[in-house]
Amino acid sequence: MRKLALNDEILLKIEKPARYIGNEVNSVMKDKSKIDIRFAMCFPDVYEIGMSHLGIQILYDMFNRREDVWCERVYSPWTDLDRIMRDEQIPLFALESQDPIKEFDFLGITIQYEMCYTNILQVIDLSGIPLNACDRSESDPIVIGGGPCTYNPEPLADFFDMFYIGEGETVYDQLLDAYKENKKHGGSRKDYLQKAAEIEGIYVPQFYRTEYKEDGTIASFTPTDPHAKQTIQKQMIADLTDTYYPMTPVVPFIKVTQDRVVLEIQRGCIRGCRFCQAGMLYRPTRERDVETLKQYACAMLKNTGHEEISLSSLSSSDYSQLKELVTFLIEEFKDEGINICLPSLRIDAFSLDVMGKVQDIRKSSLTFAPEAGSQRMRDVINKGLTEEIILDGAGQAFEGGWNKVKLYFMLGLPTETKEDMKAIPRLADKIARRYYEIPKDKRSGKCQITTSTSFFIPKPFTPFQWAKMYDTEEYIARAAVVKHEFQEQLNRKSLKYHWHEADVTVLEGVFARGDRRLSKVILEAYRLGCLYDSWTETFDNEKWMQAFENTGVDIGFYNLRERDQGEIFPWDFIDIGVTKDFLYQEWERAMKGEVTPNCRVKCSGCGVMKYKGGVCIESKN
Amino acid sequence: MKARIKFRKYGVMRFIGHLDVMRFFQKAMRRAGIPIAFTGGYSPHMIMSFAQPLGVGVTSDGEYLDIELQEEIDPQDAVRRLNEVSVEGIEVVNFCRIPDDKKSSGMTIVAAAGYRAVLLESAKSADIPRAFPESWKEKMTEFLRQDSIVVLKRTKRSEAQTDIKPLIYQMRLEENGIYLFLAAGSEQNLKPDLVIKAFLDFIGEDPDSVPFHYHRIDVYARNIRKPQDAMAFVPLDQV
Ligand code: SF4
Repeated sequence: MRKLALNDEILLKIEKPARYIGNEVNSVMKDKSKIDIRFAMCFPDVYEIGMSHLGIQILYDMFNRREDVWCERVYSPWTDLDRIMRDEQIPLFALESQDPIKEFDFLGITIQYEMCYTNILQVIDLSGIPLNACDRSESDPIVIGGGPCTYNPEPLADFFDMFYIGEGETVYDQLLDAYKENKKHGGSRKDYLQKAAEIEGIYVPQFYRTEYKEDGTIASFTPTDPHAKQTIQKQMIADLTDTYYPMTPVVPFIKVTQDRVVLEIQRGCIRGCRFCQAGMLYRPTRERDVETLKQYACAMLKNTGHEEISLSSLSSSDYSQLKELVTFLIEEFKDEGINICLPSLRIDAFSLDVMGKVQDIRKSSLTFAPEAGSQRMRDVINKGLTEEIILDGAGQAFEGGWNKVKLYFMLGLPTETKEDMKAIPRLADKIARRYYEIPKDKRSGKCQITTSTSFFIPKPFTPFQWAKMYDTEEYIARAAVVKHEFQEQLNRKSLKYHWHEADVTVLEGVFARGDRRLSKVILEAYRLGCLYDSWTETFDNEKWMQAFENTGVDIGFYNLRERDQGEIFPWDFIDIGVTKDFLYQEWERAMKGEVTPNCRVKCSGCGVMKYKGGVCIESKN
Repeated sequence: MKARIKFRKYGVMRFIGHLDVMRFFQKAMRRAGIPIAFTGGYSPHMIMSFAQPLGVGVTSDGEYLDIELQEEIDPQDAVRRLNEVSVEGIEVVNFCRIPDDKKSSGMTIVAAAGYRAVLLESAKSADIPRAFPESWKEKMTEFLRQDSIVVLKRTKRSEAQTDIKPLIYQMRLEENGIYLFLAAGSEQNLKPDLVIKAFLDFIGEDPDSVPFHYHRIDVYARNIRKPQDAMAFVPLDQV
């Protein structure tokens, strides 16, 4: 029987011991004497969040297919266990073997959002690994980061030995083989880092130096080691159909956020919304073959026993075989009590029909993400959803029996005026009016229009990477404009309004476009006790502000200025395929309110064509 | 058509709570392809009920769940299939047909449960037992000779002084632990730790510093073949 890293007394004292004992169905056990590389795969958040992430499941499966590698999982201990581990000096351990992370060859951390940065330090720290990469010794694991935030890894530069930029399916084998090779020849840690630095897509931050101008912007960013490349090419798998997909995902004992089979139907998005980072990073759009997806669905449901399946992708309505896939899932599984979780779809006859089949119309709601209230603003962000489409879709749904609508918007977009803000409640009200046009006897009571706004955060590799942000007071003022305008609406009793916290927005903004000088702020915040910053109950803005003050780093420099065309960005050394020129051109078009057609209508020559995949090589008439 | 499944829960699975064990079995049924029946409606769920919840940390050789089947399935085959898709720490040991009526459901007929309470060297490990002090045997006799054993019994809703003596059917010191045979079920239910706590209080020991591990031996129904004997019980898979 496996011996657990935590004793019974601790396990019976903490919340949800199942987070730490492993043993789940489909988790992989191996004989550690028969493997060469031990890889600890980490999602730096609590188990329930981390276990819901598809990317980790893909890599876990891919690594464990190799006989010479044993990949295990590790998550952030929740605050209760965190305290105990520090008090009793219990080292952080992997779920499968329950062995300390420190004994592993690699600690791989997926970095999905900025507000997990202190949790990354927690994981490294509890593992007993020095926080700064340059202080690590031969016996420490190689700490490697991956995931969307690594498209600007600079704020984390001090803490990682390397970053893997792009989709995990391409060069991990090469990276692991190089590690074995190096170990066999008695090479040092440095030797390995140099070898890795030569592999496409691998960035070793300690081999680069940044010089700054007097105004604080970057003067130069240069390799300091002959093995380091000038630019890092984003890794991308051109054909998704014959890549890895986990047929036997791990099935958690406790309820996790994503407690279901997840089918990734496509990667990328054809739309080109100017605020959206994923839409640029994952270009070009690549679809998975529908027949393959059907087989995956059957196999994964059988292997996990999950009672729910969901489809995952950006803008799922653009998947060309959607109708066929959804119809198949409904026909095949509805009678077996399998719940089919639809992604948010464009409202039309087809989507209303399938929604009616898989959900209770009276309880479910329609979702629209116009992102901006006025047509002018939607043109600026290149969101092709018009008021007409929304009212028309909502109308059709209302006639079909729906009476709940959810609307998502952003505040603080570039060029936003008071009129644009006020357009949000007005649009919500128009939807309600459309509902009340239906004769009383044909509608089911009142309608409920729920509007949420978040504050816009400019992200690297988007046309808005040059844009300025605002301070907390300004964000709150903008939300107040919207709230006030809601009270002016005819159907205000049917309208609800929520807005997101502004403090977190400011921090996310700093880290999204920050540089290396922010590593010390993160470290200081962690020292002051910041942890689980993405959780409202644990987020402590005062401590963060203290950390900025203690380190003398100015938030305004990162958030409150519009950047010049010529400015060197911390992430410029990464080549995602989409060119900076294209992004700037889009920024200029945005300022003029000009829309750009999507990839299927017309190629705009963004630069990603060089990967020779997906939508770029689809036949276009 | 209904069936009763008996399973063991041991090892690290003792840290998985009752509701999560239910979730585990729901998924296991699908993996094993057991033709279980569903309720109707928009979100149909499996017709499945557990006889008697087990606390976190407690191991067991006699856990029960009842399911409704859509079609007949060979019991041995069902046991094998469930074990093939199970994890270490949950082992299905029996699968038997039960009458279809409501009054035969496990939840309804539970009347008693047997436990072993093992004294531990330390709360840190349930695997290292400690021998009982010499004096306990005699003290236990005295403990049970009391007219009443009044404890503070907490339920979800209330707290009340209760005499638990009538609910202790048997209690004795055995070589590998204290054997307890206690009232169980929806009407009257006594948890083993409450008895041990009362005993430790009685002998002047601090319950918080004397660690025990609890193991459920089996869950019982009244033996309907011996209606005149109030103390005649049979395990749930033998009714
Ligand atoms: S190269 Fe053209 S088709 Fe390909 S992603 Fe860019 S804009 Fe779209």
